[in-house]
Amino acid sequence: MTQTNTIRVLVAKPGLDGHDRGAKVIARALRDAGMEVIYTGLRQTPEQIVEAAIQEDVDAIGLSILSGAHNFLFPKVVELLKKEGADDILVIGGGVIPDEDIPGLKEAGIAEIFTPGTPTSRIVEFIKENVKH
Amino acid sequence: MDLIQSVLNGEKRGIAKMITLIEKNAPEAIEALKQIYQHTGKAAIIGITGPPGSGKSSLVNQLTKKIRSEDKKVGIIAIDPTSPFTGGALLGDRIRMQELALDQGVFIRSMGSRGALGGLSRASYDAAKVLDAAGMDYVIIETVGVGQSEIDIVKLADIVALVLIPGMGDEVQAIKAGVMEIGDVFVVNKADKDGANRVVTEIEMMLDLNTEKDAARPPVIKTIATTGEGIDELNEHIKKYWHQIANSNELAKRRKERIRSELISITEDHILNQILSDKSSKIDSMVKDIYEKKIDPYSAMELLIAPEK
Amino acid sequence: MYDKDYIEKINEKKKDWEETTVKKVTSKYPERYEKFYTNSNQEVDRLYTESDIQDLDYLEDLGFPGQYPYTRGVQPTMYRGRLWTMRQYAGFGNAEESNKRYKYLLSQGQTGLSVAFDLPTQIGYDSDQPLSQGEVGKVGVAIDSLKDMELLFNGIPLDKVSTSMTINAPASVLLAMYIAVAEKQGVSPEKLSGTIQNDILKEYVARGTYIFPPQPSMRLITNIFEFCSANLPRWNTISISGYHIREAGATAIQEVAFTLANGIAYVEAAINAGLDVDEFAPRLSFFFNAHNDLLEEVAKFRAARRLWARIMKERFKAKKPKSLMLRFHTQTGGSTLTAQQPDNNIVRVTLQALAAVLGGTQSLHTNSRDEALALPSEDSVRIALRTQQIIAHESGVAETIDPLAGSYYVESLTNSIEQKAREYIEKIDQLGGSPKAIEKGYIQQEIQDSAYRYQMDIESGRRIVVGVNKFQIEEEPPKGLLKVDPEVGRKQEEQLKELKSSRDNLAVQEALKELEAKAKTDENVMPAVIKCVKCYATLGEICDTLRGVFGEYKASVII
Ligand SMILES: Nc1nc2c(ncn2[C@@H]2O[C@H](COP(=O)(O)OP(=O)(O)OP(=O)(O)O)[C@@H](O)[C@H]2O)c(=O)[nH]1
Ligand SMILES: [Mg+2]
Repeated sequence: MTQTNTIRVLVAKPGLDGHDRGAKVIARALRDAGMEVIYTGLRQTPEQIVEAAIQEDVDAIGLSILSGAHNFLFPKVVELLKKEGADDILVIGGGVIPDEDIPGLKEAGIAEIFTPGTPTSRIVEFIKENVKH
Repeated sequence: MDLIQSVLNGEKRGIAKMITLIEKNAPEAIEALKQIYQHTGKAAIIGITGPPGSGKSSLVNQLTKKIRSEDKKVGIIAIDPTSPFTGGALLGDRIRMQELALDQGVFIRSMGSRGALGGLSRASYDAAKVLDAAGMDYVIIETVGVGQSEIDIVKLADIVALVLIPGMGDEVQAIKAGVMEIGDVFVVNKADKDGANRVVTEIEMMLDLNTEKDAARPPVIKTIATTGEGIDELNEHIKKYWHQIANSNELAKRRKERIRSELISITEDHILNQILSDKSSKIDSMVKDIYEKKIDPYSAMELLIAPEK
Repeated sequence: MYDKDYIEKINEKKKDWEETTVKKVTSKYPERYEKFYTNSNQEVDRLYTESDIQDLDYLEDLGFPGQYPYTRGVQPTMYRGRLWTMRQYAGFGNAEESNKRYKYLLSQGQTGLSVAFDLPTQIGYDSDQPLSQGEVGKVGVAIDSLKDMELLFNGIPLDKVSTSMTINAPASVLLAMYIAVAEKQGVSPEKLSGTIQNDILKEYVARGTYIFPPQPSMRLITNIFEFCSANLPRWNTISISGYHIREAGATAIQEVAFTLANGIAYVEAAINAGLDVDEFAPRLSFFFNAHNDLLEEVAKFRAARRLWARIMKERFKAKKPKSLMLRFHTQTGGSTLTAQQPDNNIVRVTLQALAAVLGGTQSLHTNSRDEALALPSEDSVRIALRTQQIIAHESGVAETIDPLAGSYYVESLTNSIEQKAREYIEKIDQLGGSPKAIEKGYIQQEIQDSAYRYQMDIESGRRIVVGVNKFQIEEEPPKGLLKVDPEVGRKQEEQLKELKSSRDNLAVQEALKELEAKAKTDENVMPAVIKCVKCYATLGEICDTLRGVFGEYKASVII
């Protein structure tokens, strides 16, 4: 049988803010780009996100936060992935994130930060180019 | 092999990785499946199906919580349809099972149906084998009861629960037509809504007509998956049914049927794949010959499957 | 209504014009697009004439300001009498800092306070809960107990200001704290004026800060209606919000339709709880968004006013004029702001604020230019406030009432928005009303589809957003953005610990027990909540008690 290589992505909203317009638009765009998207909804703890990512064996995790809690929650997810030996999973983030926070987040292991106004096609391309298969 | 050991130890990463290999149709998957086969057969496989939005995932969540309170481990495979146009899928069942997210005795995997012909039921069954070998006491498979391939999957379960809800109108009819026969347990979920009793009556009537004289009559259970009402009863019935089939030759019969269709299907696939990969140029020239009436399709097929000299 | 023959003549002449004058030009210079659309995807014609509003009956459909159907405004003199309330939503970090910001805004000429709470507060968690980590003080002020509320309003006379609180699921608790603070200042409840958002339905569809399932949530809301109509006659008990529905991606039509559908649900709930419509309806208020499509937005506000008046009169047989009036607060559209070339946002906000004023808003929040990047700085907040002041004092639009009435285009848009919103409401009625439609995911799906279409229109270039998909430049990262002190969380935790060791814990336990008991009956919980806050039970403790009785809501995800 022919082998298939569908990219699997977990889209999650850590933290408490309920603004999931961006996360949902992206989930839909990724699906339309041929990916399997596991959407876990609002108010996810980093622990829940990492556990789901491992069980679902996703290639990438997309995190979205608009409340400003990114500096705490994004690195926490990466840290837990490392602890579980699952740091081959690509982690990207989005939301209202000031430019000056981006270097720190990248250093913490977030592969890329997409700020408001980024076309979904760029996010799709980024995932396609950077997931490890 | 590391992976095998990790699966047998019940490690989540190993289980997840092996399921991925299966989903990808990777050649390594077959080797790995051969090795774990000896360790399968212990888990009770429960199929849950019903129309979209009928509360299947919520039921799986509640049922799992119940089973966990008895200290049994649960593996869950939740299948959502893949878009035939883009190959993508939104897998949203997990969201209803967030309470289970951090429970170490539960493993949840979402799968897209990925459009593989007949491949879906195989992939999900192979995934169920992985969970079985990993020491799960129950494996629950959730599918949306709309397409034939989804029905094929649940048909392969040891126990099938059909979920219906009040106020479905035509959809009940559709369900009745295709799959009423496969239900071992009927669940009327959303019993908090008007019309639940009517659905129960309708199902009972149908069962009156369809159940053979001495065959066991499937129970009809009302549930409210959002609050957990009726879940105890559902759990009791499932356990009872499981004991009943495990202690008669019913389970063996079912499983042999499943093995038979699996064997046939993998043989079919294997032969077909071999022909497709070895003889693709021959097929091309045959198409031309058939079109030009130099040969008829049946004779061509006979030539195609004849062993190479 | 217009003379039939004359309309015929106009139609003829227009056709003539199109076939001669217009064609001559378009054959050489085609128009920019084949078809034109409003921001909400309504098709726009080349030219509007009397013919497009021929069925409009002035007296019936427009009337006069302060009279049914209120299309032209709810007050008889509108801004000639008093300008709209300039109300900037603010609050961040801890109570002391926010208190300083309020005093600053009041000194700058702002006329009402608007309190933003942080997410843990909005979801009923104390600052020391694990889920609150990283969120304390981030999008608003952290309130754990009456102590924080006392600090928040320290030195601000509550009988002199009107305070709007953006709080929904735990609205009863925050209102109780406000009443308690006032009491300590010697201000009795009937003197308090302000608003609590208290609109849970839109939380389920658009904003996401819910706690309890719909039924007990609706009960809390009607408890507040009842309590306020007896004790806080000047308090707006709910602000039925389209703002967040629009932010989540809805069109202008959907914003009107879903907001009013929610409004209908609240009215029904209150009537079912035994309240008389004319008792509580005068205290209902609304909250809308203002986007860039200036004329469509003006039409939206006018249509909403007319439609609500008709619903209240026809469906609910309300009699008091105040029950029929749709009074609303407006905030400029946060989602229209761009992170790219943020100063352009000042212009967007100006257009949006203008739309709100031309649409007859009662109060207005103008967003700050840097809101797509971070919390607004003091400079940006001032520019945003000045924008309103320039519109009020320099633009001249406030000097006459509803100046765009009679514009063929605006009246035609007003009609079509009312008509299409009505169709949506009918559909929602068929589904069993807004709570049922939400449960079925219908409203979420409609919003979600619009949001996706909007994004794809931007990506395909069909819709141009200046600085985002056209007219881009290389930019330096912005500087001087406001940061919340990361220590806030730790400080709040310490204060909580201190509070719990110094208050009368026995009294707290007793008050919470009483609340639990009341929640289980169908009596009004407000008095019990007030008792809890007065003995310094924390917000988290109170909400946990209610969680124990009511359970928690779990959203279904509709994508
Ligand atoms: N009123 C009521 N609602 C329920 C009940 N069970 C589930 N729901 C709601 O029905 C919706 C769908 O539930 P799910 O569990 O996602 O249903 P599903 O069958 O798994 O849905 P799909 O996987 O999308 O086909 C959710 O909003 C649930 O909260 C119930 O017993 N009563
Ligand atoms: Mg499901």
